Order: sequence, then C-alpha cells, then structure tokens
Amino acid sequence: MARVPLWRLGFARSGDKGRHTNVAVIAFDEHGYRLLREHLTAERVAAHFDRLADGPVHRYDVPNLRALNFVVHNSLGGGASQSLRTDSQGKTHANGLLHLELDLPEDPA
Amino acid sequence: MSNARQPVLVGNGQGFWGDTAQAPLRLVEGGPLHYLTLDYLAEVTMTILRKQLARDPSAGYARDFLEVLRRTLPTCTERGIRIIANAAGVNAPACNEAVIGVVRDLGLQGVRVASVTGDDIFDRLPALVADGHDFANLDTGEPLAAHLERVTSANAYIGARPVMEALAQGVDVVVTGRCSDPSLTVAPLCHEFGWSLDDHDLVAAATIAGHIIECGAQCTGGNFYRWKDIPDLARIGYPIVEASPDGSFVVTKHDGTGGLVDFETVAAQMLYEAGDPTCYISPDVVADFTSVTVEEVGTDRVRVSGARGSAPTDSYKVAIGLWAGYRVVGQLTVGGPDAVDKAMVTSELLFSRLADDGIDFPVEDRFVEVVGANVLYDGMRPAPVDPPEVVLRVGVTGPDRKKLERFSMELAPLLISGPPGLTGFAGGRPRPTEVVEYWPALVDKSVVTTEVDVVEVA
Repeated sequence: MARVPLWRLGFARSGDKGRHTNVAVIAFDEHGYRLLREHLTAERVAAHFDRLADGPVHRYDVPNLRALNFVVHNSLGGGASQSLRTDSQGKTHANGLLHLELDLPEDPA
Repeated sequence: MSNARQPVLVGNGQGFWGDTAQAPLRLVEGGPLHYLTLDYLAEVTMTILRKQLARDPSAGYARDFLEVLRRTLPTCTERGIRIIANAAGVNAPACNEAVIGVVRDLGLQGVRVASVTGDDIFDRLPALVADGHDFANLDTGEPLAAHLERVTSANAYIGARPVMEALAQGVDVVVTGRCSDPSLTVAPLCHEFGWSLDDHDLVAAATIAGHIIECGAQCTGGNFYRWKDIPDLARIGYPIVEASPDGSFVVTKHDGTGGLVDFETVAAQMLYEAGDPTCYISPDVVADFTSVTVEEVGTDRVRVSGARGSAPTDSYKVAIGLWAGYRVVGQLTVGGPDAVDKAMVTSELLFSRLADDGIDFPVEDRFVEVVGANVLYDGMRPAPVDPPEVVLRVGVTGPDRKKLERFSMELAPLLISGPPGLTGFAGGRPRPTEVVEYWPALVDKSVVTTEVDVVEVA
C-alpha cells in the first residue's frame, strides 16, 4: 500500500457555479486516470470538502480529457455574490482537492 | 458565407469586465485575425451595471469597451477585423451612442455598428410572472413571485442568431447585451461558413471553441499549475481559434507572445465552470464535451475535432439579480505570538462592545475569518502552529445600512483597546455595500424577441 497525494497524479481547475463550485481533475497520463477513476469517488471528495461545503458531490467522467469533474454543492458559504469568504468564487478549491491522499495498492512512480 | 475564408480566425481579447486593455490590441496587431470577440459579462455584472444606471442615466454598460475600441478599431477597420462584444449591459442606447462617439473621435469613415438587444426583460418581469411564467430558481425550485419587489436585474442569455443577422448586414462592430459567451464565437463561424443553426454538430463545435476562449488567458497558461515554467507570462498571448469548415478547430495564440497552449491548458479550460460535460446547454445547442478529440498538433497548437451536439432547449437561461441588503467586511493584521487567539478575541470584543451599545447582530449575520490560520484548505491541510501573523477579516450582513456603519466605526478603536500587536487598519472605515442575490431561472424562448439596429457612422 502507498499513500499518494492527488497532485502526483494530476492537476485541477475550479470555478464557481452560483452557490456551488466545480473542480475538474485532469490526470497526467492514462494510468493515472485509471487510478483516479477507481479511487477518487464522489464520497472521498465530499469527505475532503466536509469543512468547506455543505452539500453532496457529483462526479462526471470525461475520458477524452483524462478528467473527472466534481460538482461540490453549497461550497462557497452562500452564493458567489453573497459570500463574505476570501475565496467566494472557489478559485482555490482546485489546489485544495489536490491535497487529498489516496491509498493505492502500490506507488505509481 | 461571404468569402469562405479557411480557416476563420476568432480571438477573444477580454475574459471578463476588468480584464487588461493590452490583450485585444496584441490580438489585432500581433498576427492574422478575422474576428475579435470581447466577453464582458459575468453572473452578477448586470446587477452592478443596473446600479450604475440608477445613479447615472448615461451609464449601465461596460465602459472599458470604449477604451478597447479606441485602441483597436483603427487597425481593425484597416485589416477588416470585425469586433463582437457583449458590452451593452443594461443600457444599449447609451452604449451605442458612446461607441458611435468613439468612431467619430477616431475620424473613421463609413464604420457600421450594430446594436443587438432584447435580452433585458427586467421591465417585463411582473407581466411575465402574471402570465404564469414562474422563473423558478434553478437551485431551489422556488418560484420568483414572492421576491419580485427585490429584483434589480433580469437578462436572458440570448444566442448567436441576432449576431449572425448583424454580421449578414456587413457591420464592423456588433455590440450586444447579455449574449451568451460562446455565442460570440458561434455567430461568426456560422456566418463565415454558412452553417445552419440546425446543424447541431457544427454549432456544438463552435460552442466548444467559444467556451475554450471565453476566459481569455485561462486557456493560454494563466491560472495554471505549471506557472513557474510558462514562458513570458508578462506578455501572455490571448487565445485564437482557427476554425475549419468541417467543424474542427485549432486553439493557438500569436507567435511571439508569452504563455502556452497545450493539451492540459485546453483541457483545463474546457472543464472550467462545467457541470455535466455530456450536456452543456447553451441557447444555440446542447454540446457534448466528451465527444471531442483533443490533440497537440504543433507548438502552441491544439486541435479539437469530432464535436457532437443535439437540439437546443426551448428555454433561455435568465440571470436575475435580487437586492439582499448590505454587507461590510473589515480587516486587521494581527502580529504574534498567539496571533490566532488574539484575532478571535478581537472579533469577540468587537461584537461585545456593539451589543453593549444596543447593536446586536444575530450569529448568522456575522462573519469571522482568520487568514493565515488555514481558511482556504480547512480540513484539507494541517493548520499552522503559532503563525507569526494572521489577518482578521470580520464582517456583518443585514438590511440596515446604519447598523453596518456603526459596526465599521468600532473597528479602529480595537488597535488601542484590544490585544497587543493589532495593525494594518489601512484605508479607513470600510463602507457597507449592497448585496445581490443571484437567481438563475429559465424562460420560454418564445417570449424573448431580439432586435438588431444598424447605424453607419458618417
């Protein structure tokens, strides 16, 4: 078993969608993408955003871009136009997700 | 349709209202280009513009556009580059007049300007609600009726069709209200290639192209994880699509500009602000972002092909802004040791002193954030142990502006009557500002009528 932070497998971009954010994770290669598809579940992402977000997480698979797109609900402390948070638009949620650590059968390196 | 140029080059020079004025100039001067699009509108921009209009009848549009036009139009008219901008905001007549003024000031002859309107349904909203259109909130399902009095703006996201009508009339500049961002690209491609809006695959391709470039530098190396390795970020090139008649296109930028276009920069932007990628709903089409092949075909050249789309829906999305009271946030820098504890105590002192004066804020109206103690990655990264300094951000919301002003007055006294090491109270007392609630909804396409007015500036 190896504990691997997400930033070793891919990168991410996030943005606001009203009172929600989306975080897209893009794998560096096909092997990494297979690992993400298997291990990076919506439940894992929801648990990771537990302190910042209040709602469910939906995952959409985008194989042509080696990507998973997560919509994280109620993640801005109100709507992007109403939230008083420093990051009222979820710009940093991409970096936040990359700190998630996956337990993989072996280190992909 | 007219000259069947192959490929057709569309560059986007503004990713939002407030973007740099250098980018459009670089696009039109730095290499070949046929269309310059300028995307000015975000979700709440319309409400900000409506506030400006309330204070000044000649305001209410993206005034930055005038400066961009002043800088780029001489080159554009000389080289036949046509400009498409959703800059008219909530005051198309004033915007149009100002645009014509810029053309006159530049001394350009025979420039034709089109104004596309019909997106703004603010004045019609009560009648539409009375007619049974419920404008149910897309997030909550709640009908709008109970909140009509708080509405400050309402704009339908219109599509490419009226912009195509304007281009067919041979205009040099098209200025629209709330035209959806990708439609700014869909219109010139349909116009040039003679594509029908009923050809859903081609319109989906153009929509994906428009989506990739609509945020400007975000697809050419901006806001990107390899930021340390991006060449010449200071002179970052803004994106261009080179579109072919078969619907495939190459995303690129001018030679000699900074930045980077590769699989990763394009893939990241394709999923920016995305929901279900198989079902991207625009006014023109429902595009499937999972249908395309994205491949690097050269330095700073990424080809996107194979787009599939299906028929558009019967409704337009409507962005409605609702007045939601006021907000104010103050900021103090707190030096250590014990900076985090000091910041928390300081915010408690503040609310306690206000309460002593009869100014009570319910807990749900209060906001306290200690920047430096791990607010961005709460629960994701370990909090720092005794950081040398933190920034206390403390704020309140509510309907009573006076009460919020009273809050602001109580911040500075904390520097001499609170814990030691408070500083950084720069800029004076923070001022309460209005809060806008964003209410996304749908409306039947049949009730929105767009218009195209063309003026030739003599």
